[in-house]
Amino acid sequence: MTLADVWFVLVAVLLTGYAVLDGFDLGAGVLYPLLGRGDEQKATIRAAIGPVWDGNEVFLIAGGGALFAAFPPVYAMTFSGFYLAIMLFLFGLIFRAVSIEFRHRDEKWARLWDAGFFVGSLLPALLAGVALGNVIRGVPLDGNGDYTGTFLELLNPYSLLIGVTGLALFATHGAAWLAYKTEGDLHRRASRARAGGFVLFAVLALASTAVTFVAVPRASDNVTGSIVGWVSIAVLAGALLYTLWQIGAKADLKAFAGSAATIVALAGIAAVGNYPDIVPARDSAAETSLTVANASSGDLTLAVMLVIAVIGVPLVAAYTILVYRTFRGKVKAGEGY
Amino acid sequence: MDALDLARLQFAFTVGYHFIFVPFSMGLALMVVLAERRYYKSGVPAHMAASNFWIKLFTATFAIGVATGITMEFAFGTNWANYSRFVGDIFGAPLAAEGLFAFFLESTFLGVLLFGRRRVSRGFYYASAWLVLIGAHMSAVWILIANSWQHTPRGFEIEGGRAVLTSFWAAVFNPSTLPRLSHTVVATWVMGGFAIAAIAAWYLLKGRDVRLARSWMTAGLVLGLVTAVAMPFVGHWHATQVAAEQPIKMAAFESVWDTESNATLWLFGWVRDGGQEVVGLGIPSGLSLMLGLDPDHEVTGLSSVAAEDRPPVQLTFQAYHLMIAIGFLMIALLAVALALHLLGRLERYRWMLWVLIFAVFLPQIAIQMGWAATEVGRQPWIVQDLLRTVDGVSPAVSAAEVGTTLALFGLIYLLLFVGWVRIVFGIIRKGPEDVPALLGTQVPVLPPVPSGEDTSTSAGAGAPAK
Repeated sequence: MTLADVWFVLVAVLLTGYAVLDGFDLGAGVLYPLLGRGDEQKATIRAAIGPVWDGNEVFLIAGGGALFAAFPPVYAMTFSGFYLAIMLFLFGLIFRAVSIEFRHRDEKWARLWDAGFFVGSLLPALLAGVALGNVIRGVPLDGNGDYTGTFLELLNPYSLLIGVTGLALFATHGAAWLAYKTEGDLHRRASRARAGGFVLFAVLALASTAVTFVAVPRASDNVTGSIVGWVSIAVLAGALLYTLWQIGAKADLKAFAGSAATIVALAGIAAVGNYPDIVPARDSAAETSLTVANASSGDLTLAVMLVIAVIGVPLVAAYTILVYRTFRGKVKAGEGY
Repeated sequence: MDALDLARLQFAFTVGYHFIFVPFSMGLALMVVLAERRYYKSGVPAHMAASNFWIKLFTATFAIGVATGITMEFAFGTNWANYSRFVGDIFGAPLAAEGLFAFFLESTFLGVLLFGRRRVSRGFYYASAWLVLIGAHMSAVWILIANSWQHTPRGFEIEGGRAVLTSFWAAVFNPSTLPRLSHTVVATWVMGGFAIAAIAAWYLLKGRDVRLARSWMTAGLVLGLVTAVAMPFVGHWHATQVAAEQPIKMAAFESVWDTESNATLWLFGWVRDGGQEVVGLGIPSGLSLMLGLDPDHEVTGLSSVAAEDRPPVQLTFQAYHLMIAIGFLMIALLAVALALHLLGRLERYRWMLWVLIFAVFLPQIAIQMGWAATEVGRQPWIVQDLLRTVDGVSPAVSAAEVGTTLALFGLIYLLLFVGWVRIVFGIIRKGPEDVPALLGTQVPVLPPVPSGEDTSTSAGAGAPAK
């Protein structure tokens, strides 16, 4: 295992952390207009993610920074190649962040900030999957490692399917969080959304798996040809059954843990499916693919970053856990803001 | 305009916009710590109300600063892909450290400040205020390290057309890191001082929360004056470093054409013929004296490099001189205001209070001009002497795409700005919560109140006696 391999794993871990953590607050935002009946319930939904969403989003910043540092050509290719998609993702995040913060201080523009929270959650929750779909499927690349396709080519059926599947998973994950954090009517409807979302996700996930076997055999071969791949599949199967069981048992925190484990397992499968490529080239010479070996930074940079990570990650983990513990349990009426 | 011009315009616009909020929030974070410290020590509800007030202002500003900061991290990859490939090996580590050491810290404990009043102890809450302040300053450290490397690259070698790290510490402590960091952070504190003074001035004009406002006025003016007076020294340090490391940038700052001794220090002026001549008022030999303590000190001129290696002189010159002029104006204004305030006379001069309110634009303009001077002065290089800006742009992105997103940035950022102004004005108009309402919802531990002191307005310690 080279240093570059270690960083492939670490970048995957950071982005998975982003999907697990920001996944539930993006999901809560997607369900916001559906579940939040009246201003009071809307306020409860916002308070349920209020103390933690900002910290969750930092996983994206850290993951993006780590990608930039460890694999500059991959960062450069994806961000410039997926230009308009990335910008929509970004506009979503900006609008959302400001909407959450401004909504409770600005009654006159309340509808605007409500819309900003919803749209700003929907765009990233959908586009994250679309981007992942393209990275699995491969994109046309030139010798400089630049994307040569168009924006519309990114919206191919396969990637859209992965995008919608991801959206269903994030919505389920968000509903699971809201069920855990709320009481009464909102809790009841969040639980129903969780069950419905889970069924929808399961159907879409099955379809995505089947299509991947047919359309992207390279990825499916990589997964079924490796031990880590089979472990991920086993974890996924276990996570799905566990989630279903806990939803049935109405154990809110455990159901949330189940949907989190589902995301982790899927991320593991996606990572194994691409390795040793990071972004495979499609319809172009195979040697233009961006791989762990040819797209990584120098060993000194990777080693320095490892030191930074070894010092920083335990610190971050410690106080993140501390803050989640501080805010554990149901949202209290009128809390915050 | 081609894709390059649009990409530059987009970066200049988004980073300039981002930097409206950064110094505000760094200064306000300082005030949050001061205000929360008072509550932590006293436990008096009025002090909590005052602290909550600053926290609201801080978080509304911080939110927009963070959101627009994500744009900057994305922008390297979206608009400057070739630049990212070139500097990734160097630039990435500070960015990753910024994420791990700064962003997680500030955003996590911001959650505690916003939602934790009734969940955590007073000590935990006070510590959270400190951690947010430290986190905010840590991000400045790491991003300015990365920025400084663009100006004065060290600790690398060129391998296969990209910079590869050979010494982490040499890259981190490159020659411009410490002067740039000091210069920038002190500037954010000046901004904080003006922001605090402006808010206090508004309350004094309205005659509301007067004792509280007086103590804020003291805090704002003292913070502003101390940092503004420190600035010429820090600025001089930075300027001599620029002259040593980026002589052409210094030549553009002062529009020095021929390499010469007895170079003029311009107070103000207008550049002609791309820097060959300046019309204005200057101190003969002033620049040589400043940089070398010797009128015969030789200053490198613009004509020493080819025309395509020179920055736009007029813009660099004007931005630099406007920054310095405002810097000295701020010292004078703060000194007068603080003297009046300490003599107990400030509130008699209502026009002076109005001046203090609008003076909040001064540090803001100075900061923006400083950025323009240092970044435009580095042109045509994106990394000094190693990579030209024209070679850093994304090949895969069209002018239409950059233009479209630039227009969208303009629209969204305008909307956010209007929203921010409305909310900040709303918070200020509403003012600190009144204590009875606060007591209705909070269950603070009340220490014995010193007799003879009106607790509802007792946050005024340090204000001039009236």
